[in-house]
Amino acid sequence: MSDQVLRMEDVTMQFGGVVAVNNLSLEVNRGEIVALIGPNGAGKTTAFNCITGVYEPTNGLVYYEGNLIVANHPSGKMKNAYQGMNSEKYLSIKPIDPTPDHITKLGIARTFQNIRLWKSMTVFENVLTAKHMRAKQNVFTATFRLNAAEERRMREETLALLEEQNLLQFKDDLATSLPYGLQRRLEIARALATEPKLLLLDEPAAGMNPQETEELGQFIVQIKNKYDLTIFMIEHHMDLVMRFSDRIYVIDFGRLIATGTPSEVQANPKVIEAYLGVAEDE
Amino acid sequence: MKLKNEKKKDALCTLIAIAVMLVVLLVMELTMKSTSILFTILKKGMIYALVAVSMNLLNGFTGLFSLGQAGFMLIGAYTYAIFSMPTTVKLGDTVYKYYDCVISLELGILPALLLAGIFAAVFAALIGLPVLRLKSDYLAIATLGFAEILRAFFQWDAMGPVTNGANVLRQYKDLTKVKIPFTDITFPPTLFCFLIAGFCIAIIVLLINSSYGRAFKAIRDDEIAAEAMGINLFKHKEMSFVISSFFAGISGALLAMFQYTVQAAQFKTAMTYEILLIVVIGGIGSITGSCIASFLFIACNEWWLRFLDESSNNILGLNILRSGFRKVVFSIIIMIIVLFFSKGIMGEREFSWAGARAFFRDPFGLVSKRKKTTVSEEVSGDV
Repeated sequence: MSDQVLRMEDVTMQFGGVVAVNNLSLEVNRGEIVALIGPNGAGKTTAFNCITGVYEPTNGLVYYEGNLIVANHPSGKMKNAYQGMNSEKYLSIKPIDPTPDHITKLGIARTFQNIRLWKSMTVFENVLTAKHMRAKQNVFTATFRLNAAEERRMREETLALLEEQNLLQFKDDLATSLPYGLQRRLEIARALATEPKLLLLDEPAAGMNPQETEELGQFIVQIKNKYDLTIFMIEHHMDLVMRFSDRIYVIDFGRLIATGTPSEVQANPKVIEAYLGVAEDE
Repeated sequence: MKLKNEKKKDALCTLIAIAVMLVVLLVMELTMKSTSILFTILKKGMIYALVAVSMNLLNGFTGLFSLGQAGFMLIGAYTYAIFSMPTTVKLGDTVYKYYDCVISLELGILPALLLAGIFAAVFAALIGLPVLRLKSDYLAIATLGFAEILRAFFQWDAMGPVTNGANVLRQYKDLTKVKIPFTDITFPPTLFCFLIAGFCIAIIVLLINSSYGRAFKAIRDDEIAAEAMGINLFKHKEMSFVISSFFAGISGALLAMFQYTVQAAQFKTAMTYEILLIVVIGGIGSITGSCIASFLFIACNEWWLRFLDESSNNILGLNILRSGFRKVVFSIIIMIIVLFFSKGIMGEREFSWAGARAFFRDPFGLVSKRKKTTVSEEVSGDV
């Protein structure tokens, strides 16, 4: 049980009449790199948003390290409109709808599909600000510099993190002035600054060429080992997914269609069908 | 190591500059006539600088477009006036003519100032609960509405025993009876104003440069990313709102103190717009800009352009000057500023000694043919 970092149970996200994520159940074990793949619009990012508290799922549970962190069942208008399954199963469980900062505090950090760095800040400040959450100071001691040691610690850790990510030479540049690949790397560095145990990467290799993608894959393995992370990522680059992930979940139209190791998934006819379509004259 | 020395040098420069400024103020106030318009401008300029900086903390640094500043100043001004008014005055018939004042507490100047800030902050905390769930324009409308309700509430007849209804409050404490320690000289009011407001602005600057200030900026830049990085949006917004209102309350109290009379009717929406204008002209997100713009605004509005209002003057033989003409010229100046400095005088930059030295070596980039602008254009083009 303790080896299970993340577990989703029957998570359904319905927007009006559209079921974006349908009855998704999956688990991520400690130390794994797990990939979530699927065609465009399959509901991958929505699934991430349900874990991180951006959306409140319509139905289902999310456990983190054995503790229930998100729970809901259809209520109000959604009771009749609900198109998913297993809604009766969770009626007795009290809904839990945490805000994203609460989830981050538990140790789940994420990056975004469309890079969301803080535009007016430098590279250094971007990472330093992410350390704010774990800083042991309140607004009074921070304003009057009563806890200078804490501030110094944050700055030193930020510098160390930047050095390790090879971003130190850009530390005083505006974050948005970096080249695209480095912005992605900075986003990962910023997520690491929140001291996570589980890192959710939303298309980390989007817009990268094959060589950059390969480097990114090695980089992900490297930070995983160094920080004892578990990694759950959404990715479109099949080389990255097949080479570096331990297990893969494939979803299509919000439903889980296949799961297994990279080679198992590659051979699965359902996956081929979802990606390539099915031949008509069969 | 070199960097540290530079920092120390700059800090020393700042301290010397502040000390020189305060000594000059002291000497000026002791030698010049206290009724001189210069002092009125300096006092009002400094008070508006404080409230503009507090508004900038909210609008410029946290990205919350709030227009409630006049309301919080109103609370501050009334709190100061009511609590610093001597009990004998409250019981007498000179101020509370139609009501019996129910508040018997009498405080000194500094405690009353502090209480003014606290009352404004408490009220901000209360209205922040519903209002801060709104975004952008909606937040502006809601805060504006609250400020207006507040003004009406303070003028309400039923509030008479506390606020004296719509009537003027006066005869509360000011600096005329306060002496400089160990001397027999009355404490110079402009110096007092600079000390208090300067102290408050310094606190805001410290806050903005702290970890919390960075969190505020993160919320301004990208709320979703800020939340995902563990910054509790509501907590930080509420904090910024309360702190901003605290200082708005103090500046309201200072304003009441130097006007010698205070009336709720003065704190109209127009006052908030004046402050907003200062913030925008100075540069949204620049403390230095707010301070500079505040003095320029007050000086232009109340002093430098006064001659335009006197119809006895004439320009080039034309008799176009009349009462109110000042406002026409002033509006044109503002339009020119907005056209040519679309990000305000300072943009998002702050004063730094390095910047000042560079400026004096090469004012407006005339020598090095504006190299900087091309670089910044490239960067913005990339985004």
